Amino acid sequence: MNVITATNLTKTFGNFTAVDAISFAVKRGEVFGFLGANGAGKTTAIKMLIGLSKPSGGSTTVAGFDLTTQSEKIKERIGYMSQKFSLYEDLSVRQNINFYGGVYGLSRKTIRSQTARILDEVELQANANDKVGSLPLGWKQRLSFAVASVHDPDIVFLDEPTGGVDPATRRQFWEMIYAAAAGGRTIFVTTHYMDEAEYCDRISIMVAGKIAALGTPGELKQQYQANSMGEVFLRLVR
Amino acid sequence: MRRLLYIVQKEFIQILGNKAMLPLMTVLPIIQLILLSFAADNEVKNVNISITDLDHSQLSRQLIGQITASERFTLIGAPPATRLADEDLLAGTADIVLNIPPAFEQNFLKGWPVKLQLLVNAINGQAATVGAGYLNAIIRDFNQDIRLEVPPGRQFKAPQIAISAANWYNPELNYKHFMVPGILGELVIILVILLSAMNTVREREIGTIEQINVTPIRSWQFILGKMIPFVFIGMLLLTVGLTTGKLIFDVPMVGNLGVVFLYCLLNLVAVLGIGLFISNLVDTQQQAMLVAFFFVMVFILMSGLFTPIESMPEWAQMLTIPNPIAHFVAVMRKVLLKGSGLADVAWNFRITAILALVFNGLAVLSYRKVR
Repeated sequence: MNVITATNLTKTFGNFTAVDAISFAVKRGEVFGFLGANGAGKTTAIKMLIGLSKPSGGSTTVAGFDLTTQSEKIKERIGYMSQKFSLYEDLSVRQNINFYGGVYGLSRKTIRSQTARILDEVELQANANDKVGSLPLGWKQRLSFAVASVHDPDIVFLDEPTGGVDPATRRQFWEMIYAAAAGGRTIFVTTHYMDEAEYCDRISIMVAGKIAALGTPGELKQQYQANSMGEVFLRLVR
Repeated sequence: MRRLLYIVQKEFIQILGNKAMLPLMTVLPIIQLILLSFAADNEVKNVNISITDLDHSQLSRQLIGQITASERFTLIGAPPATRLADEDLLAGTADIVLNIPPAFEQNFLKGWPVKLQLLVNAINGQAATVGAGYLNAIIRDFNQDIRLEVPPGRQFKAPQIAISAANWYNPELNYKHFMVPGILGELVIILVILLSAMNTVREREIGTIEQINVTPIRSWQFILGKMIPFVFIGMLLLTVGLTTGKLIFDVPMVGNLGVVFLYCLLNLVAVLGIGLFISNLVDTQQQAMLVAFFFVMVFILMSGLFTPIESMPEWAQMLTIPNPIAHFVAVMRKVLLKGSGLADVAWNFRITAILALVFNGLAVLSYRKVR
């Protein structure tokens, strides 16, 4: 079952076409890697999918709702973690979870149980009342991911979630991703780390506003006769 | 509705969590209130006068004596020639020069018209008018008194209309009583405009607004959630300010304080609309500051706080209608000093309600989740 179906999804800014009629589908519970060089149109595509930017054309459904007409409905069913850390640094861990839980309309009881679950998941019980700004980056990123999932969304969009994070924390982060996907949540992730690309179920690589390649890491390596995803990427982008 | 509560809660935590903010928001304006109310005194108390007496008669000395006896005038010189008196004026040592012509007494006793010359340094228009007014009053009194002393046969009787003025609503003409309510109103409004103008743009700068925009929050919930804490802060400042006004300046509170608080609430809603509208339009806190500052300056200087609205040109008077500070100053003065009731300030309420609708409409419309 597909949770995202994009057909000719397009975004133009004046004469410039940032996203040029891309089509793809993402299945439920899949870890979908969304790759591309800087400026290839990845961020613009993501912004459209999460309802921050209006598509200029195409018909797209996310979580069963139409992107152009039902974007507010979509927002109830998706989570998003931007590449810039965007929890409130002057609020504590607990207060951030509480706020986003409330904003997503969860009941007091659910917020309480979700808070306990998240604190457990990211191992922050001892720091629950610390200001988020005082946490190390790796913990912040894992907390962001957990908070983006506080309302049990169908899809979580992660925009370069592991930028600047040490390898051990990256590993922990991917364990969280796999755990979420195993529970039936779809993960839509962008990254510049090619080892992370290998962890994805399927990958699309964007070049100049178009999807140049789409498939499992194995299929892509075979197709481009490469040993690693890094080689595939370089062949396409050059 | 519950979403709204969570936004309000978050804003309160952020404002109160910043240890410096609450004292800054209440103490600084109160210091301003005290400082400005003591300083913003339009009363002209000391007028430097230079008198050239070319008559040297009993009558002219009597007049000079009467003038210098007034505590408002300080005689800084009695130059022997009008030319020298003009120099005092030029040098700025004298505010007013009075020239008593030769044969002043002689002509007066003959019943001929007598003219005194008054030269006023009008660089400060208000001080000049007031000073000249004082002097005119002294001369008028002198004129009247002296006529009674003239031997009966030589008296000329011209009927006189005597004006006796009574100062209502501020009988002691206490300038501070007039200024404190207005300044307090102004301070409350400035504080909330500045705070709210910096608010959503701050979230945009930090990037947290993007996270908010992917949630199902509605524009009006977001704006209202931001507004409620600021209304509380504004009301708190009003309460502290009124208490200060009572304790330090003994400002009379003739009218119903409930009307003042009710009006403050409405006015806060209106100006918060302006602040949040600014915040939604600009990209950085710096821009927000500049735009807010522009409005604040115009609002203050055209509010009737320091210069009466009635003496502004007609177009400027029209511009005070959409000025929330002008209405606040007017309502504070009317209710506190004059005891005006709800019906007497109904016009201010109506206009402010319209402003609140317009500004908040703009604020909600300008907050776009999707770009």
